[in-house]
Amino acid sequence: MGSITLEHVNKTFGGHQVIPDVSLDIKDGEFVVFVGPSGCGKSTLLRLIAGLEDTTSGAIKLDGVDVTDKGPAHRGLAMVFQSYALYPHMTVRQNIAFPLKMANIDKAIAEQKVADAARVLNLTDYLDRKPRALSGGQRQRVAIGRAIVRQPKAFLFDEPLSNLDAALRVNMRIEITELHQQLKTTMVYVTHDQVEAMTMADRIVVLNAGRVEQFGTPLELYKSPANRFVAGFIGSPKMNFLEGAAAGKYQAEAIGVRPEHIRLSRDAGEWQGRVGVAEHLGSDTFLHVHVDGAGLHTVRTGGEDDYHPGEQVWLSPDPNRIYRFDRAGQALR
Amino acid sequence: MARAVSTRRKLTMTVLVWLVALIVFFPILYTIITSLKTEGEAAAGFSMIPSFTFESYAAVLDQQDYFRPFFNSVIISIGSTLVALLIAVPAAWAMAFTPTPRTRDVLMWMLSTKMMPAAGVLVPMYLIFLNTGLLDTLLGLSIILTLVNLPIVVWMLYTYFKEIPVDILEAARMDGATLGKELVYVLLPMAVPGIASTLLLNVILAWNEAFWTLRLSTDDAAPLTAFIASFSSPQGQFLAKLSAASVLAILPILLLGWFSQKQLVRGLTFGAVK
Repeated sequence: MGSITLEHVNKTFGGHQVIPDVSLDIKDGEFVVFVGPSGCGKSTLLRLIAGLEDTTSGAIKLDGVDVTDKGPAHRGLAMVFQSYALYPHMTVRQNIAFPLKMANIDKAIAEQKVADAARVLNLTDYLDRKPRALSGGQRQRVAIGRAIVRQPKAFLFDEPLSNLDAALRVNMRIEITELHQQLKTTMVYVTHDQVEAMTMADRIVVLNAGRVEQFGTPLELYKSPANRFVAGFIGSPKMNFLEGAAAGKYQAEAIGVRPEHIRLSRDAGEWQGRVGVAEHLGSDTFLHVHVDGAGLHTVRTGGEDDYHPGEQVWLSPDPNRIYRFDRAGQALR
Repeated sequence: MARAVSTRRKLTMTVLVWLVALIVFFPILYTIITSLKTEGEAAAGFSMIPSFTFESYAAVLDQQDYFRPFFNSVIISIGSTLVALLIAVPAAWAMAFTPTPRTRDVLMWMLSTKMMPAAGVLVPMYLIFLNTGLLDTLLGLSIILTLVNLPIVVWMLYTYFKEIPVDILEAARMDGATLGKELVYVLLPMAVPGIASTLLLNVILAWNEAFWTLRLSTDDAAPLTAFIASFSSPQGQFLAKLSAASVLAILPILLLGWFSQKQLVRGLTFGAVK
């Protein structure tokens, strides 16, 4: 079991309020991702759950039990750090066994558990190596192994993939998702990468300046963002925003259109513009179009479409997929 | 062509390094040479060639008990180092891993005690030792050496601990380690090179400390510094005997330094080269 409840959690560092007031309810077995730009407080929030930081006010409950004043050693959670944080003086075997040693688990049982974890994570051949003799991906797996042996109530991941190269990151993303499907244990995962958030999460918490902007499933956030921040943060490439007359036509202060919801034409349309940079990815083409009087906008179009820089084009938004926002940036429905 | 230049440069560097090393080592070398002369040769003026006599050593060991000051030196230098480490490890841990805005000030304040001339507090310290019965005791000398070297020990350990990523200690906490276990299983094993070189350096400093040990001991607790000093008599200088006594006093620490030089160099340059 591993439900995590945050009630009006507040964190202040030396007079500076990092987390003003966060309440969250993470269900048992859920994969929740905290996402937001750097400095939004997502790592701090995770560290508060871990017990590595003290809450200034509010309560944190695990399975309904208040653990706010308990240290990290007594919360029964496991954490995977961005830097892996392996013990450099211990072998892989000793690293993975460390939490069991701290819990005074019988040696024979511990050995069995380490062997099991190593098999799941393809580390059996590396058990007697020191961390420095491993590759980045293997170190990451050792860190995960160390987390799973103790069967914690929940796993906490603090940007675990940001030190890996792009190809490995995609692999590890899938491995962690599969691990969640196998273990069915609650996972809280912090990242600044919205693609990781969208692909891995059951539900996403979008954070901005310590506030929860929205908490919902990936598709909820994509389809009905609560405000302009979420709309701009979720989705790749980013949503285009228009203000002034273009927005006034839709009775809004600002409107947003996703690059994939714009139709492109050489002859006619709503907004006229000139193609700046064309990014050909093969499967798609992203065109950066200078729209007259409305700045630069991104349009997603077919991979084989052949538009050239400097070409005049017309843009037409899909009328059913226009997001409208009021002056405060809240979505109008 | 490039190879020729680099060979010449290497040669120049080698010669320079040897030259510097020789200059640094010369006083010790000359002490050793003088200790192997007769008193007559030693008084005759500068000469690098001794007659290789051990008569001064025999005379020194005959006149004075060597082993008592030797063991006194061992006890106070190792004792004061261990006590200093015991105090400095938690202090450095706290300052390195849970710093406050005032941590740097505290560190500076500790170091500032080393900037003060020791003679300035000689009288009050002497009176304190006199009144507490610590004068001329091994305990008293160990205490004063601990106090004298503590700032350096804290600073060195602080520097080493700063190099250890705090993530690793936090990982240990998440893995269920209490503070004690975190120190014993994670921090200390990772800091072994740093702690070892701190220990070595502090033993050397304590061994060589002469200002306080000479003034706060007379006989019972007198270490090797006093042993040397006893051969510098007002009736006239016996340079060969004085040199022999000096060699006997520095020999143990010279050997220790020789065998642990790898560790010492590694410790002193820790963090400087990544």
